Amino acid sequence: MKLHTIHLNVNDEEQKVTVRSGDTLLYTIREQLGLTGAKPGCLNGDCGACTIQVDGWPMKSCLMMAVEAEGKQITTIEGLNNTPIQEAFVHHFAFQCGYCTPGFIMNGHSLIQKKPDADDSTIKEWLESNICRCTSYIEIEKAIKFALGKNKPSS
Amino acid sequence: MIMEVIGKSVIRKEAQDKVTGRAQYTHDYHTSKKLSGRVVLSPYSHARIISIDTTDARKVPGVRAIITGEHLPLTGESMRDRPPLATGKVRYHGEAVAIVVADTPDQGDLAANLIQIQYELLPVVHTPTQAFQQNSPLIHERLGEYDREKDVYPVPGTNIAHHVKIRKGNLEKGWAESSVTVEGDYSFSPSDHAAMETRSSTAEITPDGTIKIITSSQAPFMVKQLIASYFNEDIGKIVVDTPLVGGAYGGKASVQLEILAYLSSRAVKGLPVEIFNQREQDIMMSPSHIGLDAKIKIGADQSGVIKAMELQFFWDGGAYSDKAIDLTRAGAVDCTGPYKVDNVWCDSYCMYTNHTYASPFRGFSHSELSFAVERTFDLLAKKLNLDSLELRERNAIHPGHTTPTRVLLNQSNVGNLQECISKLRTLIRWEEGPVKEINERLVRVKGVSCSWKTSTIDSNAPSGVILTFNRDGSLNLMTGVVEIGTGAKTVLAQLLAEKLKMDVDKIYVRMNVDTQTTPEHWKTVASRGIYMAGRALLEAADDVIAQLKQMASIVLRAPIEDLEVAHMRVFIRDDPRKGVDFKDICYGYQYPNGNSIGGQIIGKGNFILRHLSHLDPETGEGKPGPEWTVAAYGVEVEFDRRDFTYRLIKAASVIDIGIVLNEKAALGQVMGAMSMGLSFAGRETFYYDELGRVLNPQLRTYRPIRYGENPEYLVDFVYTPDLQAPYGARGVGEHGLLGMPAALGNALSIAANVSLHHLPLTPELIWKTKVGKV
Ligand code: FES
Ligand code: FES
Repeated sequence: MKLHTIHLNVNDEEQKVTVRSGDTLLYTIREQLGLTGAKPGCLNGDCGACTIQVDGWPMKSCLMMAVEAEGKQITTIEGLNNTPIQEAFVHHFAFQCGYCTPGFIMNGHSLIQKKPDADDSTIKEWLESNICRCTSYIEIEKAIKFALGKNKPSS
Repeated sequence: MIMEVIGKSVIRKEAQDKVTGRAQYTHDYHTSKKLSGRVVLSPYSHARIISIDTTDARKVPGVRAIITGEHLPLTGESMRDRPPLATGKVRYHGEAVAIVVADTPDQGDLAANLIQIQYELLPVVHTPTQAFQQNSPLIHERLGEYDREKDVYPVPGTNIAHHVKIRKGNLEKGWAESSVTVEGDYSFSPSDHAAMETRSSTAEITPDGTIKIITSSQAPFMVKQLIASYFNEDIGKIVVDTPLVGGAYGGKASVQLEILAYLSSRAVKGLPVEIFNQREQDIMMSPSHIGLDAKIKIGADQSGVIKAMELQFFWDGGAYSDKAIDLTRAGAVDCTGPYKVDNVWCDSYCMYTNHTYASPFRGFSHSELSFAVERTFDLLAKKLNLDSLELRERNAIHPGHTTPTRVLLNQSNVGNLQECISKLRTLIRWEEGPVKEINERLVRVKGVSCSWKTSTIDSNAPSGVILTFNRDGSLNLMTGVVEIGTGAKTVLAQLLAEKLKMDVDKIYVRMNVDTQTTPEHWKTVASRGIYMAGRALLEAADDVIAQLKQMASIVLRAPIEDLEVAHMRVFIRDDPRKGVDFKDICYGYQYPNGNSIGGQIIGKGNFILRHLSHLDPETGEGKPGPEWTVAAYGVEVEFDRRDFTYRLIKAASVIDIGIVLNEKAALGQVMGAMSMGLSFAGRETFYYDELGRVLNPQLRTYRPIRYGENPEYLVDFVYTPDLQAPYGARGVGEHGLLGMPAALGNALSIAANVSLHHLPLTPELIWKTKVGKV
């Protein structure tokens, strides 16, 4: 079994880890770095619970190998603090069990950064990659729109 | 009564943890080192196990133990029919056959793949109806020999694990009084809960014999009880820890992985071993959402008054009876739906099939039976040419009527269905009529339904609460209710804040449950958390108030009767300036010279349901649950006549909730349940091949509703207090779901002009029904 020692930049910190070729980024950040905010939901790219940010874009960390992440800027939910979207999720009751929440927040956070003018269909396109089994999505929609609105300089 | 905290959308106590990734679920716990248990699943649904060869697997580095099923006791909640690991034969696709315990998951997987198992295929039982037939293959040859609870009635030599009979009134008389009758057959296959957190459990046995289990469960106290009894362990040595649970919906009320984790740890001298379900395993191996075949016949007079109902339910309990026995009973006791029916005959059978066995699913048999009953109601309305809401209103259950098991209803133990129906009319603009033509392709149609539900939980189910103080006078609230996403613990804190007239932020709730130090709450199921734990909490609060007043009366030299409690103080009612703060008496009172009196104040309260009883085996007579929550529903779809596709436009629920305790949390529960109901109704099912293998055990092929596919939700409430419940609140966690399949089925049947009798309601099903291919 081949092992690699790589440097990962996670939440603005440089981390050295030794991984197998077959280790996913999700497995590595959870098991080696102890960052358990990103969740395993399917390990197959279907649910979005494992979503993190890689170079500013949302990424399902179960679909990326740890070795591919070297040299990239990785942000996990633990790297977010007091962002508008987190506040909006609390305020709008946009979670129940909370298991899908880190993934939705990372996806939504990236959306706000990359597409500040997102319309309904863009929001849908981005968020339909995540599953929430508890809420009706209405609360999540409200939270995302609230955070998007807050982000707009003029409004 | 003016309330300060109740009804407000108090932010959930665990909110910050959940939006920052700090919230810990079972699989997030990091012990110093844990081994990984990988389960080998059966590739067939019914096959004899000829041999299991583990030679190659044992050679894989890192493998510590391989466990197979011989010499293990049988398990099962109401009847012990399930080997923890299959022995002799496998009875469903995905059944656990062996466990490999290895240092890492990948080593475990490698070894699991190298275990060679020879099978010989057996004929497969695909449906409960087939299972019921005389010549059906038998799934349990030794059914008569299993240990079981007293009120379980298996029929040896058949696939019937349990049979519940309801005999009320006189059916012959009912038919004689009927001028019209309608009949329908309905069926749907099992499906899945698909909680985003798959199940996982870690077990460890420490050198002193303590069995520590961390598990994602709705029933940690049941885990403790069952493991003690299955394996003859001292119950006090078992400590079950349950952190936040990432969605459950009934699916985590069964005890399964905990047993596998315990066996794994036992096999490696007590080292910690984790069994973590990958999604496919969670769907196939762990218990699923029950399926049903039903036959319904209703008789009514010309004006639509129901005179008789005859019902047969064949529940698809799957390979083992575990919770399906209770599901079969729950379906029977509320079989008629929320209507007055004097003559009822119901046979509810728990059938064995070669499917994954069933666990509870949100609503506990009620959305399932409602689909069959409420579709038949629409057939009756059509035949009588009556407005379908009118028909339901005419037969609506009232105080003074009796339920199928002959419980007399009163103003408190049943909600007001008529008011739910009348509010629904307004909410969905029923006066505009059910059908609106858009163009020659598109039509918008509304369908309606009603439901009721009691909670058929164990008649001696306990719930307890302990309250302690911090030095600043703030309180800690401990209850065995698991935080599965409903916000129950926050609501309990609200109840306490209201009672003590204090700031809810000064109440700290313990989120985790551990069965050694948290008072028992039977199981976090059946929308009973607030009802039972709430009652226990109010008693504990009274206990605390009495102790505080007792101390304060000495300090203030005033009679107890003159004292009042609010804002973390005890004071004299007519002279509020004279008082003493909680912080100065909750750990005893110290006089200026140092003398101290009293001591730490600890409040306790408990609750047990009153007067529940077993059902009579011949007639079903008995009291199965404490109260009946009622509701009315509507669904509006836009249907395309050309390709039979449809869009969900609106979904409405009106529920008699008693009182709203936390508005946003309540709305979230109701809409979330509606979403789950529509998803179940419209798209979720297991597809099987001819060998009974599940073809879609992934979230790519088993596809719940996603963002943007949801309709607009309309929710309204009726407020008939349940006098036994804290502040009158009725259970609400499940009710949004119950009527969705039926209302969607009714809408689409009108839209497509064909009677739909199966779930899920896919365009393909509609087309096949149209062309007579189902
Ligand atoms: S775990 Fe990565 S998408 Fe589901
Ligand atoms: S909050 Fe439970 S899955 Fe989204």
